[in-house]
Parts: sequence; C-alpha cells; structure tokens
Amino acid sequence: MSAATQARPGDGVAAPAWRRVLTQTAFETRAILRNGEQLLITLVLPVLLLLVLTRTTVIELDTGGGTRVDLVAPGVLALAVMSTAFTSQAIATSFDRRNGVLRLLATTPLGRGGLLAGKVLGVLVVEVVQVVVLGAVALGLGWDPAVAGIGPAALAVLLGTAAFTSLALLLAGTLRAEAVLALANLVLVLLAVAGGIVAPADQLPGPLSVVAGALPSGALGEAVRSALRDGVLATGPVLVLAAWTAALSGLAARLFRWS
Amino acid sequence: MPASPAVEIVGLVKRYDGRAVVDGLDLVADRGAVTAVLGPNGAGKTTTVECCEGLRSPDAGQVRVLGLDPTADARTLRPRVGVMLQDGGLPTGVRALEMLHHVAAMYARPRDVGELADRLGLDGFARTTVRRLSGGQRQRLALAAAVVGRPELVFLDEPSAGMDPQARRAVWDLVRELRDDGVAVVLTTHLMDEAESLADRVVVVDHGTVIAHGAVADLLTSHDDRTLRFSATPGLDVADLAAALTAPGGGGEPGGPAGAAPAGPAAVVAGAPEPAVREVAPGDYVLTGPVDPDVLAALTAWCAARGVLPHRITVGRRTLEDVFLDLTGRDLR
Repeated sequence: MSAATQARPGDGVAAPAWRRVLTQTAFETRAILRNGEQLLITLVLPVLLLLVLTRTTVIELDTGGGTRVDLVAPGVLALAVMSTAFTSQAIATSFDRRNGVLRLLATTPLGRGGLLAGKVLGVLVVEVVQVVVLGAVALGLGWDPAVAGIGPAALAVLLGTAAFTSLALLLAGTLRAEAVLALANLVLVLLAVAGGIVAPADQLPGPLSVVAGALPSGALGEAVRSALRDGVLATGPVLVLAAWTAALSGLAARLFRWS
Repeated sequence: MPASPAVEIVGLVKRYDGRAVVDGLDLVADRGAVTAVLGPNGAGKTTTVECCEGLRSPDAGQVRVLGLDPTADARTLRPRVGVMLQDGGLPTGVRALEMLHHVAAMYARPRDVGELADRLGLDGFARTTVRRLSGGQRQRLALAAAVVGRPELVFLDEPSAGMDPQARRAVWDLVRELRDDGVAVVLTTHLMDEAESLADRVVVVDHGTVIAHGAVADLLTSHDDRTLRFSATPGLDVADLAAALTAPGGGGEPGGPAGAAPAGPAAVVAGAPEPAVREVAPGDYVLTGPVDPDVLAALTAWCAARGVLPHRITVGRRTLEDVFLDLTGRDLR
C-alpha cells in the first residue's frame, strides 16, 4: 500500500520518439494479424487465389510463353499489398476514428505524427509477412522470379503502399465507419477482378484495358510484374503510381478529420 | 514555475456550424485541486475540455494549460497532461491490460501497470478484449490510461459514467489520491453527488457559459437556505402555495432580512431569496427558501384545506442540484 503511490507530478516524461513509434508499429501490426477478417483478406484470400490461378485454368490467362505461376505470383503480391495498404487500413482507421482511438492516442506523447508513422510502418511489416508467406507458396509452385527485379519491385510496392494508404486514410478520415467497411471491400473486389492488378490490364476486355492501366491497381500490378518477370523497372506504371500518390496524399492531408 | 494555474481559460468561444456551443467561458483550475465542471448534457463541458486537450482550437478567447498553449505547445504538454475521453477512445480489438501497457510504453517513467490495475480492479478482466468490456470496465481502463504517465494535470470527461457503486468509489479514491499528490484534476460531470463529494471547486456551466462557480461549501451555503421536498398529487397550484407560505410570516418578509441577495464570499450565485415551489417532476415538489417549523405547518395546512395528503416530506440542506435549479429554473438530469 505504501509503495502504491510513487506518482509525483512533473514525472510525466515522454519515451524517446523512436520507441513510441516502434511501440505503435507493433501494436498496429498485432491488431491486423490478430483480426480474423483482416487476416482473411490480407493472407488467406491471396494464398487461395495464388493456388487457384496457378493450378487451375478456370480463368484463361495469356502467359506469353512463360509459366502461369511467373505471371500470377507478382500479381497476387500486388493484390496483397493493396489489401493491406488500402482495405485493411481503411477499415481499421475508420473504426479507430469512430471509437475515439485517434483522438485519445493524439493526446498521449505519441501524438498524431507518431500515430500516422506507426500505422504506415505497421502496414509495411504486414507486407513483409505477406511477401514471405506468398513468396514461399509461389516458390513451392515453381515460381522463378527475376532476381534483378527485386529492387524495382520493392520500389513499386513502396509507391503502391503510399498511394493506397493515402486512399485508405482519405476514406477513413471523411466517411462513416460502416460506409468505409462496405466501400473498402467493394473496391478491393472490383479492382481485383477488373483493375488490372492480378490479370494484366491489356488482357481485360474492351475499354477496361485502357482504364485499368491508369488506375493505381493496374499500375502497381504492371510494375511488379515487369520487375519480377523481366527484371526491369517499368517507368510508365511507376509514374502513374507517383501521380496517384501525390494526388491522394494531398487530398487526405486536406480532408482527413480526426474525430 | 508553479505560479501559473493548471488551467486558465478567458472568454473561450467555440462554434459548430455558426452556433456557439461555448460562449465566453472563463475558468481557472488550480494545481493540487479537483475542479468539477458541472452542467447538463450539451452545456459545452466536453468542448471546453477538448480545447484544453488540444483536440479542438478555440474560435476566440485564450486557453492556457500549465501556462502553455494547448495547440502550439502540444508536444511539451502531451507527456504532462493525462486525458480520459468521454467515449473512452480505446481500441476494441486488444486486451484490456495490453492496452494499458501500450499507453504506458509512451512514457519514460510510467506508473507500475500492475499496481494501477490492482487499484482500479482491472485484473478481473485483464485478458478480456476491450470490445467485450462493460461500460464501467472501459471507463476504469480509460482512467488508468489517463494517469499511467504520471501527469501533472488530468482531464476526466464524465469519469464514473456507467459504473457500479464500488467501481465509482475506487475511482473517487484514486482522484483524491492524485489531488493529494499535487496533481490538478479537472473533471466534467452531470452527477451532483460526484461533484459534491469529490470537488474542491465547482464550475457550473450552462449554454456555454459559467453561471456559478466557487468552493462547494460556499455554493451550498451562499443562501442560508434549506430545501423541503414532498410528493403529492400532480398539478398543485405552486404559485398559490408559495404565496400561502410567505403570507403568514413563516420565515420573514419577502425580500430577506437585511440586504437583498447576499453574495457568498468566494461564490457567485444569483438566486431567488423568497420561498419558491417547483414541481420538478409530476407529483414531486421542491420548496427552496427559508424553511422553518412555521413554513412546514403552513404547507400542511394549505394541503389539508385542499384535501391533499403530502407524503415523503423531507427537509434537508441544499444540494448542488437545488443550486442548479435556482440558477436555471430546471432540473439538471
């Protein structure tokens, strides 16, 4: 009982910034990996998609002479990035906003900047987990990625993450949580089917092939495929991603509301 | 350094969609004291506190927290100020104690999480996810998160809402202990008993401005009045009753003994000096003013003449609720 009160006013001192951000990163990562629905869209569905698209010919793909897995694996990786950076993050942040979590953490030494940094780093950590799991499954299916393309692929993933996290924050910071939940899942499905992310944009029917290439999904899919199939940096898609990142992050910064 | 008060607000104005929710509010909260901001829902309590927490920026007026600007000096203030939000602000997917450890990790020298959990009875649901906690359990967890960093000042927005009596007692004990350690506590509440038993100073807020403030004792005794409550059939003619109570000389001439409206030393209360009767709920009547045996006799005589049987007659000292009733003419709850 006597030791119960060591609290002295004035002892309130913040932990170092790096520790605050790392703590928040670990917290955000655990929150995603522990949540059943989040795990479903970030890991289970991409793995299933990888297996189905590689092992069956339910969906016809023009592999251009290469193996199916060499075409499919980069696209599924891009989809996985989109599910984490966009859908998962949009839903988590919108509910945090509705529940006052963003406001509460903003009053701790973490602050708004630390909270944002923790969220972005949490997304990147989950993406590393996705790359490891999906990469292992793909290699088991006979995937033969271009080693020279690992650098360009990482750049594409970083840019894609920036673009899709910006979009996630734009939705989460402006719409009701229930609306974000519905919209984020719907957009994920639409982009997965017709956004040029898994199936190359130029293999989509009609005008979709043009539109999809200009979408962040199509650009991310194309950039990762070019990198891991041919070992090259696809300038066009990278520029498209950079433009989307600039536009979406600018909008998010202006319109995001914390409460 | 300790010269500046914990919180100093002058002429705060905050508008939402052009409507002033806080309208020229002044408030001072001292270090080492519990200051209760009391008022009905929608009075502007939460908005005022959020301006102090740096969560909202004032439209006009000055807010100083520990002598600093809540927005411009936010980085300096965050480690020194603990916050408990009205809606909790707890992430729903994590376990209770995990959340507390997480917030503690933001500070260099946090309080011992185990000790705090023990104090507030968090151990019973330490491994339960926040989503499954009851309202009162969430409140206790949020309070623990507000004080875990050893703040100099804590803002508690409706701290004991939804709590059972034991939990409320634990919360009150912790708040008193913080105060005794020199921490400034600013809490909002619409619970009279909470303000009365916990606060050193009370600031009564309504429609975005302060309508009374002072030490609790001063507010309660600024009129040397008592309260008489009784129940009877609804719809009695309260104006006629009040007149009957004043007429037979039951408690002095209207207008009071010496001067008019006596102002308390530290308290500022504008009240009605002569007996007033209000029907606060159908069939529930409250009489404020000088209550002596003659007034009680006059009341029962008035009732007897109308064939009304008053019951549950209680005579007591004024409560903050009575003060509020006098000030606003309406019930707080």
